Amino acid sequence: MRGITVALALVGLLAAACGGTTTPGAGTSGQATVKKDLIIGFTASQTGAQNVASNKQTEGIKLWVDDVTKAGGIKLKDGTILMPQIKSYDDQSATDRVQALYTKLINDDKVDFLLSPYSSGLVKAAAVVSEQNGKVMITAGGADDATMEQGFRNIYQVYTPASKYLTGAIDLMLKLDPTIKKVAIVNEKDSFSTSVVAAAKPYAESKGLQVVVNQGYDTGTVDFGPFINQISAAAPDAIIGGGHLPDGTTLAKQLYEKKVSARFVALLVAPPEPTFADIGDAAQFIVGPSQWETQTKYSAEAAKTAGVPFYGPTGADFTTAYKAKFSAPPSYHSAGGYAAGLTLQKALEDAGSTDPEKVKTALDKDDFMTFYGRIKFSTDPKTHGKQIAHEMVYVQWLKGSDGKLATQIVWPAEAKSADPQLRK
Amino acid sequence: MSVDALVPSAIDGLMLGFVYGLAAMGLTLIFGVMRVINLSHGPVIALGMFVVYVLFTGAGVNPYLGLIAAAGLGILFGVAIYFVAVDRIINAPELTTLLATYSVNLMIVGVATSVFTTTPRAVDISLGSVGGSGVTILGTHAVAVAIAIAGAALLYAILFRTRIGKSIRAVANNRAAAELMGIDSRRVLALSFGIGTSLAMTSGALLSTLFSFTPLSGATYEVKSFVIVVLGGLGNPTGALVGGIVLGLLEGVSTVFIPVSWVPVLEYVIFIAILLVRPTGLLGARA
Amino acid sequence: MIRVRAPFLPALLVVLAVVAALPLAVNNNSLREELFLMFMLITLASSINIIMGYTGYVSFGHIVFFGLGGYFAFYLMQNFNAHFLVAALAGAIPASAIALVIGVPILRLRGAYFALATIGINEAMRTAINNFEPFGGAVGMFFNFSVYDTYGGARNAALLAYGVMVVVALATVTTSYLIRRSKFGLSLMAIREDQDVGIDPARAKVVAYVISSFFPALAGATFFFKNGIIEPGVAFDLLRSIESLVMCVLGGTGTVAGPIVGAALYEWLRGFLITTPALANFQLFLAGLLLLVVVLFVTAGLVGWLRNRYPVLRAYIQ
Repeated sequence: MRGITVALALVGLLAAACGGTTTPGAGTSGQATVKKDLIIGFTASQTGAQNVASNKQTEGIKLWVDDVTKAGGIKLKDGTILMPQIKSYDDQSATDRVQALYTKLINDDKVDFLLSPYSSGLVKAAAVVSEQNGKVMITAGGADDATMEQGFRNIYQVYTPASKYLTGAIDLMLKLDPTIKKVAIVNEKDSFSTSVVAAAKPYAESKGLQVVVNQGYDTGTVDFGPFINQISAAAPDAIIGGGHLPDGTTLAKQLYEKKVSARFVALLVAPPEPTFADIGDAAQFIVGPSQWETQTKYSAEAAKTAGVPFYGPTGADFTTAYKAKFSAPPSYHSAGGYAAGLTLQKALEDAGSTDPEKVKTALDKDDFMTFYGRIKFSTDPKTHGKQIAHEMVYVQWLKGSDGKLATQIVWPAEAKSADPQLRK
Repeated sequence: MSVDALVPSAIDGLMLGFVYGLAAMGLTLIFGVMRVINLSHGPVIALGMFVVYVLFTGAGVNPYLGLIAAAGLGILFGVAIYFVAVDRIINAPELTTLLATYSVNLMIVGVATSVFTTTPRAVDISLGSVGGSGVTILGTHAVAVAIAIAGAALLYAILFRTRIGKSIRAVANNRAAAELMGIDSRRVLALSFGIGTSLAMTSGALLSTLFSFTPLSGATYEVKSFVIVVLGGLGNPTGALVGGIVLGLLEGVSTVFIPVSWVPVLEYVIFIAILLVRPTGLLGARA
Repeated sequence: MIRVRAPFLPALLVVLAVVAALPLAVNNNSLREELFLMFMLITLASSINIIMGYTGYVSFGHIVFFGLGGYFAFYLMQNFNAHFLVAALAGAIPASAIALVIGVPILRLRGAYFALATIGINEAMRTAINNFEPFGGAVGMFFNFSVYDTYGGARNAALLAYGVMVVVALATVTTSYLIRRSKFGLSLMAIREDQDVGIDPARAKVVAYVISSFFPALAGATFFFKNGIIEPGVAFDLLRSIESLVMCVLGGTGTVAGPIVGAALYEWLRGFLITTPALANFQLFLAGLLLLVVVLFVTAGLVGWLRNRYPVLRAYIQ
């Protein structure tokens, strides 16, 4: 009868063994002119709160894989040709799923390199797993500063960090209207937006602004009524904050419906996404920080001026190919995904190998320009992998001469495609 | 922390309170009639949202017509839940029905997240707004209050003006005695579960016209219903409506004095405190 | 007070230990990851069994102790550089102390009210910590990676976490067995059956509740130590709480082996479903269906059903 107990335990054994099939990973030793698969793993939020921006990022990655495949793969000096293959799962915008799936990508799918999920909270969760397993991960869609200050050795960030997201908006605002005094800050209480505000609030105060409302809202908030009532009562000149796409869009919509009369509104993440236009006139005059815009002009000449090499397609080529493939315009999330792929590609070519140590050495040395902007990583052990060269632009939703709403770059002044306007 | 926000916050909270109250009436009706704490309440609220959503985006049906569909489907669905999950164990200890209705909760959420995913959805409807000088009332919110009041009135008309209502009250009062009087208690119980579910789905349908939602959104409102129901007394529909208004007001007014993100903490603490101190509810047990 | 009729416990522990050693023997990381979760679920389900299976009190929000243990330990490791083992114990003790404080009032509540109160407490804790800045508020806490250097790097830390999780699970199972075979256990089951056997039921319930809070707290400390990141939504996940309850009911409440069988079965099912995109959310539906079938038809759960069907097994499977 002991057999029963054993049988019961076998259930457990079977349970555990399922899904544990081991597949031989792609080797790292190279031979002359051998084509090899380069397995690139990541999770994406195909569903859940972050799905819109995450899909854009995935599309960017897919376009990069397409372009590399069309070009005949990544050619290493020893003659090896690497053909990128994507291995990806739906993380449903949930951190515990991200950790389970990155573990699976590393252990079961034996991916060679990792890209990140979208949004700082998820990137952070993935970073821990890839760091624990010593896998190199290029992150797009994760801007949180704190994540990159944990002494990581294998994580490389292509986004300008969160601390710079709204400081530029404050500069723009004061340039536009120096009489602005009272600011309301209402932001999502997640890693990213908290990092943004942690930098923006003291910056605003240092510029003599008075923060009259400072509240955080939970991820997934749908009713901003209580916050808007606070804002209305305080009658600020400007409102800054937001978080991600769904909440930022809702906040802008409800500010408009409740007729809040601030002269300047800057929100995170949502405004640069084309779907922000769904809220119609509520989108007008809203300002948002962006990692990249179709109007951005980083070119070979700009690279020459900066004294760094230019790498990859031009912005126009990227935009055209993207529209052709996905029948929709790219957003900065798309460009970030593509740039993460490009960064990996360049590092592989420079390293001449898929050996993680050599690739990391190449990444540490990198300083180059792409259509997405300049990329260089911190090599200080405390902030290793943090993005230190890329710069942001600010967009504003403005009505063109045709009466249609569109985003224009309004800051920095030297990059602007239209003049910024105060909200009416 | 501005007192200028007091009036608009109180009005906003009060208006939402009616919608919360409608959902809580469904929960409390089911408890009052059959002593079942319906843990599938939240997902049912979310289903109400998705009935409106599917009809609106799929067939362009006006959300308020969709609401009527949600109310009707709610009755059928509630009766189905009753016969599948509750009927067999209606006389079992409360814990058994708690687990059974929770299993329904898991099944609805599982299917709904598979079909609709957890991507936020919205029913895009605007009825303009009225007001000025700090107070702006959106048309959708005003209509929601009116419909919630109509729903509550309809429940009362059914309970106190019809034969069925009389049977329901008789079964709630004393099932054995009601059966002796020739009432088919099984049918009454099933119908009560249907009406309770219908109220929850109607409330969900109203919420879909106000805010965006996912299949998981029901959970937030379910917890509010629980708080309201213990505030108003388990099994007491009037208590639920009053409790809803009280909770809505409390939510609105408290934001003036504490950060908004502390409001849920306050709600849960009140919930636990009432359970511990006066489990029959502040407004007394069922009518 | 322990009468051993068959070497059930040693046999069970040996089998669990062999299963635990397997991924290390064949050096399979993904198997280890899955077993890590399985042993965690065994801990959670067996702990719930101590309060629910033996006394009949359904603790819906039992995950609150997992979250508290995780948070306390994480805080100690992050801010005071405490060694993981010290932090885990130092985190579990206050978690159990909290169980004592809340157990005394809420265990006076009858059935459904108790269940609702445990949900309320978990949610109150989650939302409060969501606002509690020393614990990182909504963002949670995040290890500086140098924390793992003490243990010879992140890889070895993960190995240590696995070992500790196995030990915690074995300790939970052993405790569950010892309680069941003891006079204390008998008095608990008397509470469940509403019998008076001359013990102080109020006190026995609270003691059982405190014991059942200790192991989830250790499991939480271990889980979040390995994850390197803790946030309120994951720490106080009501769904995980109820899933472990489902495992317990599935395997058979009130038996020692039941929660183990339930956890293993459930985790196997989930591991299968999670990576199949079409079925990714289906685990919830299946969990619900399983629970309903058990509640309606197999009230005793799998192990209980076996014991009832084949009485001869009763001496061998507890």
